[in-house]
Amino acid sequence: MEVMKDLFVYFSENGAYVWEQFFRHFLMSAYGVLFAAIVGIPVGILIARYHKLSGWVISLANIIQTIPALAMLAVLMLVMGLGTNTVVFALFLYSLLPIIKNTYTGIRNVDATLLESGKAMGMTKFQVLRMVELPLSLSVIMAGLRTALVITIGVATIGTFIGAGGLGDIILRGTNAQDGTAIILAGAIPTALMAVIADIVMGWIERKLLPVKNKKGTTAEIENPAV
Amino acid sequence: MLKFDHVSKVYKGGKKAVNDLNLEFKKGEFIVFIGPSGCGKTTTMKMINRLIEPTDGTIYINGEDIMKKDPVNLRREIGYVIQQIGLFPHMTIQENISLVLKLLKWPEEKRKQRAKELLTLVDMTPDYLERYPHELSGGQQQRIGVLRALAADQPLILMDEPFGALDPITRDSLQDEFKKLQKKLGKTIVFVTHDMDEALKLADQIVIMRDGQLVQCGSPDEILRNPADEFVEEFIGKERLVQAKPNITTVEQIMNSKPVTITPEQSLTEAITLMKQNRVDSLLVVDSNQVLEGFIDVEMIDQKRKKAHLVSDILQAEIFFVEKDALVRDTIRQILKKGMKYVPVTDENRRLVGIVTRTSLVDIVYDSIWGEEEIAQ
Repeated sequence: MEVMKDLFVYFSENGAYVWEQFFRHFLMSAYGVLFAAIVGIPVGILIARYHKLSGWVISLANIIQTIPALAMLAVLMLVMGLGTNTVVFALFLYSLLPIIKNTYTGIRNVDATLLESGKAMGMTKFQVLRMVELPLSLSVIMAGLRTALVITIGVATIGTFIGAGGLGDIILRGTNAQDGTAIILAGAIPTALMAVIADIVMGWIERKLLPVKNKKGTTAEIENPAV
Repeated sequence: MLKFDHVSKVYKGGKKAVNDLNLEFKKGEFIVFIGPSGCGKTTTMKMINRLIEPTDGTIYINGEDIMKKDPVNLRREIGYVIQQIGLFPHMTIQENISLVLKLLKWPEEKRKQRAKELLTLVDMTPDYLERYPHELSGGQQQRIGVLRALAADQPLILMDEPFGALDPITRDSLQDEFKKLQKKLGKTIVFVTHDMDEALKLADQIVIMRDGQLVQCGSPDEILRNPADEFVEEFIGKERLVQAKPNITTVEQIMNSKPVTITPEQSLTEAITLMKQNRVDSLLVVDSNQVLEGFIDVEMIDQKRKKAHLVSDILQAEIFFVEKDALVRDTIRQILKKGMKYVPVTDENRRLVGIVTRTSLVDIVYDSIWGEEEIAQ
């Protein structure tokens, strides 16, 4: 109970600071994912086209994914120095795998007969991509972004070690302070909350982008369409 | 309209899918490619819109070598319908139908108008325009698939087993509907199937293929009448050949060659005697050269007996007759449709050579039910 009270006191006294770190934390994650999307989606499309490349590219992204976050940050720090940019770059690397993999899967899973239809109707390769493949794989690509965002929100917490700020700062301060439980929670709870909300919002967008919409209400009247 | 000139396709690894194909078709023909799986019929079809490129030879559409055209433009001028339908699930029916028009950069308003127009061709209401493909039944989806291929008024349409995935009843009604539509719009259709019934029903020209080779090409009648070899016979099926017999036999083969006749100069009394002798109620009237002039029957004699004496006085000159090489199939249809008791058969100079009566029809029915067994015994 004591802890809860302390937590409230911390929030009421440092509300603006927590909010600032929350926002900073979110921006770092979002930028990481954004840059990864800018690189990863085209790469995914490319390896779906020339899928001999896919083994190599996905293995590489897999290897990046297995590097422990702290080790990655340490190595990047040696090259890029301290600061936010290093963290954003690390987050970018972590986001690549889910984004590339989902883009690749999404595009490969588009029904071959639809591609043939499109081609036979006289679509150019680019038109097939823009009018058929992308719209049909958009929700799968979105699922990749969703996974990436949730991962980066978690990883961004340790950005504090190289002076990038974010909610990790608050948690670290709590671990250093005596009786710092309330301060740790003051950093951890918003982080968890951010991850959950991001997941829900992205999930909602993902469903919005499903190519086949199940419109409730209209389906009832056409349940038995005449031949 | 469509011409194959020594066309071959060899796939990587040396498999010959199509071997030296030479064919020519006229505009407005319904051409059906048929054969067992792997015979090269789909490959042949896909070469027409260059989804597959021929290794050798040339294909001409309206005299133009298709290899010299831009493949994208070529495909926009050729309709394409496949078995899996291939409607885009993320587009409404209207967007699906007018997709080619969009590729051809028609303005939005005109595209909508065209989609609406096309829907009426298959008796669907405009409220379908805003629906998505998954809200439609299989039959309706394939109707839309066909409309999509018609959207830009392409003169040539390729169809790859378009009705193969539908249930038999839907398939049947769609075939009828489509054949009618094709006649009405005058499209040239290249249709691939492995279903002989479908081919016989729809085709103007059937092309039978095996192992990449052309086996036989001809109208359904020709193929039923003269199957080129055992393979064709087997492919058509013995049963179908027997069933097809009434379709391909001529009237001459089944007619009664001794109709009861009378000349116009004879008297009515003679006519009545003749009827009585032969136990018939009407007589065909011919002149001395056996040329058909008309007929008389017992009712006509009864009505006019008091005034008339000669056959020529009451002769009914308006008479329906068929020539001896007419198909039995058509003749039966005429007899049933017009409710006639008999049809006189003449040669090309209108000389009477025989008669087909309803009794002859009974013979055909008897033959087709029991005739086979007798041969077997």
